[in-house]
Amino acid sequence: MRIGVVTFPGSLDDRDAARAVRECGGESVPLWHGDDDLRGVDAVILPGGFSYGDYLRCGAIARFAPVMDVLVPAAQGGLPVLGICNGFQVLTESHLLPGALIRNDHRKFNCVDSRLVVENTSTAWTSDYEVGQEITIVLKNGEGGFVADDETLDRLEGEGRVVFRYVPDAEGRNPNGSYRHIAGITNERGNVVGLMPHPEHAVEEGYGPSLDGRGFFTSILKHALETAAKA
Amino acid sequence: MTTTDEQTQPSADAQATAAAPPASLDTVELAARTPDVYQPWSELGLKGDEYASIRGIIDRRPTIAELAMYSVMWSEHCSYKSSKVHFKLWGENTTDEMREKLLVGIGENAGVVDIGDGWAVTFKVESHNHPSYVEPYQGAATGVGGIVRDIMSMGARPIAVMDPLRFGNLHHPDTQRVLPGIVAGVGGYGNCLGLPNIGGEVVFDDCYQGNPLVNALCVGAMRVEDIHLAKATGVGNKVILFGAKTGGDGIGGVSVLASETFDSGGPAKRPAVQVGDPFAEKVLIECCLDLYAAHVVDGIQDLGGAGLSCATSELASNGDGGMRVALDLVPLRDASLQPHEILMSESQERMMAIVEPDKLDEFMAITDKWDVEATVIGEVTDGDRLVITWHGEVIVDVPPRSVAHDGPTYHRPLSRPAYLDALNADGAAALARPEMGEDIKAQLLTLIGSPNLCDKSWVTDQYDRYVLGNTALSQPDDAGVVRVDEETGRGVAVATDCNGRFAKLDPYTGAQLALAEAYRNVATAGAAPLAVTDCLNFGSPEDPGVMWQFRESIRGIAEGCKFLGIPVTGGNVSFYNQTGDVAIHPTPVVGVLGVMPDVSKRSRSGFRTDGAHIYLLGTTRAELDGSEWAHVIHKHLGGLPPVVDLAAEQALGTALVAAAEAGLVEAAHDLSEGGLAIALAEACMRHGVGATIDGLDQVGVDAEGNILDAFTALFSESSARALVAVPAGNAAQFEALLVEVPHRRIGATGGRDLEIAGLFSLSVSELESAHTFTMPAVFGS
Repeated sequence: MRIGVVTFPGSLDDRDAARAVRECGGESVPLWHGDDDLRGVDAVILPGGFSYGDYLRCGAIARFAPVMDVLVPAAQGGLPVLGICNGFQVLTESHLLPGALIRNDHRKFNCVDSRLVVENTSTAWTSDYEVGQEITIVLKNGEGGFVADDETLDRLEGEGRVVFRYVPDAEGRNPNGSYRHIAGITNERGNVVGLMPHPEHAVEEGYGPSLDGRGFFTSILKHALETAAKA
Repeated sequence: MTTTDEQTQPSADAQATAAAPPASLDTVELAARTPDVYQPWSELGLKGDEYASIRGIIDRRPTIAELAMYSVMWSEHCSYKSSKVHFKLWGENTTDEMREKLLVGIGENAGVVDIGDGWAVTFKVESHNHPSYVEPYQGAATGVGGIVRDIMSMGARPIAVMDPLRFGNLHHPDTQRVLPGIVAGVGGYGNCLGLPNIGGEVVFDDCYQGNPLVNALCVGAMRVEDIHLAKATGVGNKVILFGAKTGGDGIGGVSVLASETFDSGGPAKRPAVQVGDPFAEKVLIECCLDLYAAHVVDGIQDLGGAGLSCATSELASNGDGGMRVALDLVPLRDASLQPHEILMSESQERMMAIVEPDKLDEFMAITDKWDVEATVIGEVTDGDRLVITWHGEVIVDVPPRSVAHDGPTYHRPLSRPAYLDALNADGAAALARPEMGEDIKAQLLTLIGSPNLCDKSWVTDQYDRYVLGNTALSQPDDAGVVRVDEETGRGVAVATDCNGRFAKLDPYTGAQLALAEAYRNVATAGAAPLAVTDCLNFGSPEDPGVMWQFRESIRGIAEGCKFLGIPVTGGNVSFYNQTGDVAIHPTPVVGVLGVMPDVSKRSRSGFRTDGAHIYLLGTTRAELDGSEWAHVIHKHLGGLPPVVDLAAEQALGTALVAAAEAGLVEAAHDLSEGGLAIALAEACMRHGVGATIDGLDQVGVDAEGNILDAFTALFSESSARALVAVPAGNAAQFEALLVEVPHRRIGATGGRDLEIAGLFSLSVSELESAHTFTMPAVFGS
């Protein structure tokens, strides 16, 4: 199964995402921001980083990259896409996912091992988790506060499209001020998932806080196999 | 990007093109005809005899462009004019055996060592102290950027950074300005580059109030055959400037900022601080790695301090010919820049490469792929002159070596400061010390929350420690450990250390203690120490007492390295760290790099399970002079630093590495500031696992042979010691490794309390509360 990893100028966790795909048994395929070609991959990861420096709004320039011209319609047609951190920001800027990511409420970049609860296991990227399962994966961002209007938030919750929530601390705070502690969401179809924390940093023994990130990659490999079997 | 000062922003006119020549261009020809015109050598930081010497070298007055070049290259920062007479101590103390590990030694952009399996690692630490005081965010950010470019220019992929930082009093109002800006700058730049920040230091002392120290270390890795050097050879080869455009930022940074003492009455020096663009540097890293992989680069040099003046003169001086450069071809972001300003500009994110003409197209195709601007601005020439033209007129014609390498050398007077006798006589023995368990416990809680020992995650959580996916260990563990070879797990460990108070009491011993601690930290993590870099932060070299401290420190490090058999591969000197007449404590920060065949076997610093045996390794003496206890509880500094025993360090290190290799260790933690008490507290807090200590009664003896009291055993800062926890089943095997290391089993892990038998018991959560309270209380959560 071939999983594409897009590199924008300023992408940082692209090598890590590719390694995670390989660690979990897939083949990683590098995709270049300037090419309008998805090279026939079964799924795509938009990795973390600071695409184009993110000096404007995070992800605001990346959404106009040539690769996005082919990725957006493919995602709308059902191609599984995972946006991690900056990739999540690109997905909201591209309107593949609702809401926006703003500066953390404490105004600082924050790198912590974050605890999340999995709420939706019917997406292409989360079928190997259990509903209610708590996982610990790395969170590292300066602009990771998920915001949306109440109507959108209600709809996301009502339709079960909140995929991950942060486990709040004793004072009821989450690491970046995200509304309703939302860490990750999906689209109506469940093929596009975006989250701020980094599952690719939790796939290898000894390098990262846990192995809890592996489920993303094993889920998508299963999904791709099932899709291939149906076809 | 966060910035606090609009004034330091680059011109918005990014598309500006080169300027037309000004009417009154100071050419070489004009200079020869007008020997007596006024020249602003003093304003550019040159001394009268240095100016006279320049006139002697080129046998006429310099043009304003030449004057600019000499002024920045002969600055203290670039020329090491006060320090280099002492550098022979490095060479004298480097044996052939030590040289064998060195692929590239002192003098290049960074040293390179062989770590085995065909891998080479380069690492170096540099200072960016003065810019970071003037403009904390950009000063610190560009400090990271500069050292990363040094590592890149060796042909390596940068793989990790770490930042030893020193600030004034935690509660001083100016620390509120300086610290958050510096931390955000380090994080903002390093995070955006995608380099894990794996360690470093955060130290507070009043002596750094007007002179915070921002030292930046970078590690890079490459295959041995991919090492690149900074030299321009091959007549007709092209000189290419690539990366960011040149602007007006950082003009005179090395001469005006880095090489003088600040006066409170002087003008603001912000325009001399560079402005960083980490995105441009990230792209430049990937672009350079593609260029190296394509074998299209003959020589390469980064542009940092002294900008084009440094890059052109050093490349030419290191090569075998001359160089001719058309300065008007340099892409500018401010069209009004004068030629001498272009030569002095320290605009960031620029590199210079020497490329053979038939590889030029391939070079340009790669820079195009990364949208990096690249411009041929000259070529390597026959002969021995560096010639720079401006619209066809010659404005510089000098021997490159005279600019880059033959700057002035000062034999500054040095003398042991008169105050030292009194300071050394005023030891900690006279200080009141607690005897009752409850009082000792109260002081432990005070210490664990004190500025230097408190939890630093307010700082380190602003740094990405995970990116690249190779981080096996990072702060607050003893050393940063990263994997280099993803197949085998081969990798490196790095630690930096320095206790400036010890160096103040005795700079020779203090510098060796810094070396010993960094060496021990690396070994504690399980890596075999291999090489050393240093950042020597001192006051004014014009003060004979400071020069004495400097020489003693170099001697201490050099002789220590010789004993330990690990070479110094490079580093940096930062002088003029003083406010008025008052210098900082001598602060020779030492970085040690070690190698591990498989970093997954590294030792972590915290207790993790119940029932492991806890050992104290090494010899404990009554050594509280200059200790953290004396500093925090009594605000006292006096006496003599702990004894250095490098043979003991070596034996300890060998045992720690062997134990890690054999997989015997549950936790290993070095003993340093705060002694055994703090090491135990830290090991308990790391994973919330407690310990019961019942073997303190005979851990050591004092100078008279009396058994140490419990307080001294807990807070003494004797060197060459470590705390190790091993599962009970590994105890016999572990003890067999300790034939040459004094050791004592002092207790066992377990529970949720740290209990010191007969003295006190303290819950780990109580320790954590005291430990984590301090920094958020000052800077907000």
